[in-house]
Amino acid sequence: MVTHIPAAAERVATDAVSGADGGRRRRRTRERRDALRGWAFITPTVVLVAVLFLAPIGLVLVMSGSQWSLLGGFQGMNSPDNFRNVLADPLLGDAVSFTLRYTALTTVILMPVAFFLALLVQESRRWNNLLRTAILVPSALGIASASLLFYALYSPQIGPLNPILARLGLMDLNSSILGTPGGALWATVVLIVWRFAGYYMILTMVGLQAIPRELYEAASLDGASRITQLRRITLPLLRPTIAMTLILSIAGSLLAFDQFYILTKGGPNNSTLTVVLLIYRYAFETKRDLGMAAALSVLVLVVLVAVSVLQLRALGVSRKEGDR
Amino acid sequence: MTSSGTLGRTTYYVLTGLVAVTFLLPILWVVVTSVSPNSASAQTDGVGLGNYSALARYGEGLGSYLWNSVIVSTVAVVTALVAGAMGGYGFARFAFRGKNTVFLLVLSILMVPYAALLIPLAVWLNEIGLQNSLVGVGLVLALFQLPFATFMMRNAFSAVPRELEEAALLDGCGTVSAFVRVMLPAVRAPLVTVGLFVFLVAWNDFMVPLFLVGPTNAPLPLAMVNMRQQTMGVIDYGITTAGVVVLAIPAVVLFLSLQRHYIRGFTSGAVKG
Repeated sequence: MVTHIPAAAERVATDAVSGADGGRRRRRTRERRDALRGWAFITPTVVLVAVLFLAPIGLVLVMSGSQWSLLGGFQGMNSPDNFRNVLADPLLGDAVSFTLRYTALTTVILMPVAFFLALLVQESRRWNNLLRTAILVPSALGIASASLLFYALYSPQIGPLNPILARLGLMDLNSSILGTPGGALWATVVLIVWRFAGYYMILTMVGLQAIPRELYEAASLDGASRITQLRRITLPLLRPTIAMTLILSIAGSLLAFDQFYILTKGGPNNSTLTVVLLIYRYAFETKRDLGMAAALSVLVLVVLVAVSVLQLRALGVSRKEGDR
Repeated sequence: MTSSGTLGRTTYYVLTGLVAVTFLLPILWVVVTSVSPNSASAQTDGVGLGNYSALARYGEGLGSYLWNSVIVSTVAVVTALVAGAMGGYGFARFAFRGKNTVFLLVLSILMVPYAALLIPLAVWLNEIGLQNSLVGVGLVLALFQLPFATFMMRNAFSAVPRELEEAALLDGCGTVSAFVRVMLPAVRAPLVTVGLFVFLVAWNDFMVPLFLVGPTNAPLPLAMVNMRQQTMGVIDYGITTAGVVVLAIPAVVLFLSLQRHYIRGFTSGAVKG
């Protein structure tokens, strides 16, 4: 109780002095109090970012320049040997070219499928909510669960697809769908399209809903066919959304790991080895060399940050178009 | 757009029916297969839970892997909610120097591929006493969802009228109790969205535990993959399909009951694909 009196007295005093000086001082204490509270509220965020984000980024840079084995730990700097070794590995070229091929294939298939599905379920018909739900259910599964599911589905022992493909003359009854490079690639693309179509469908739908209805009404009055409307209204106005989904899909596919680790382990004959799978191999399987794994991680990091900058720029462009 | 034109009514329903079946068929197949006697471990003929009892006995036991998944998901959800809600409020309501720098730093987590951070994290977590730790896995998963959580919560708090907390402060609440008793209830829906999203990511994640913990500490997705690999050529598909179903049930049930929140999470655009 007693402690309150001086504070109150001081407040009365400053009020009595009034004038610009007291006001400024009060404002300054309020600002300082605000700053303290702000920092207090973001403390958990700051701790997480510092300990689990900034520290490992610093560490990966150090590791990429060091000799660092899985079991032996740090054994001195050796920069830039790790980078030289990674770049000299013939597997890197294979992994990069496969990752790019896989990314192109996934994106080229996923985008039109998502667009078609979005057009199909966009209107509010009675069954469309159910249909939307059905398409979205695979998104609730993890990529690992979805991959395990398809692993069983593709198996020669219990999978229903093997007999069908054999009857169609596309493969031998006893060989595995995942046993050939082409089969493994396509099987994975099908899995990923199944898993992600709903996700990209929803993103596309949000874009479609932002297009003013009146444009279509005016076009119909002018006698434009539905195809013309699609080409002249929908596609151009959907460009920002298409750019966003495109870049999300590209960035995601470049980092593909789970599906290949589970379905093919990079096989057959390293034909489905992705770049991130190669990081894992360097670290825990073939080389057990964390330095090399870190060097490849740094390369991936640089490339992906570049892709993200591209993403930001594309989204920046889209915002400007939205204003118009 | 009305589809009275080129697409007839019947064509439309046949088409949508086919699409729905295509997306649901793999899930139906795995459920049916998991209760069928098509593997070495299923001991009964006809429909039965043989695969499930084999799964329950496998390795450290299904219960132990499920428990690991529960720990990882709980740590991830609680951490993301605490950091996201507190941080979101801090960023939305207070002016202080360094605020924008920290906010940009949080958003830059989105730009950095997490695959590239798992190698240093595996070394670094050892250094800070979180070796082979499920808490460590949960914290790492929370970090990668932090941009989404922070962004979502900052926008949610910005949308709450200032008068609400001013009234609370006038009524004698301190900053902390105004936050807990007035502001948090006002952003309940976004909190559920963030919690649901982080739970599904953490529950389903396979890659982070693969890099950070050993096989005995595996959450269920990692355990399922390990099981398949340890059986040296002989793959028990019965156990695999049962495991997929056990993993999918919580995820699909939560998804079906909270669909609206899930879609809001998607469309807020801060989710990695």
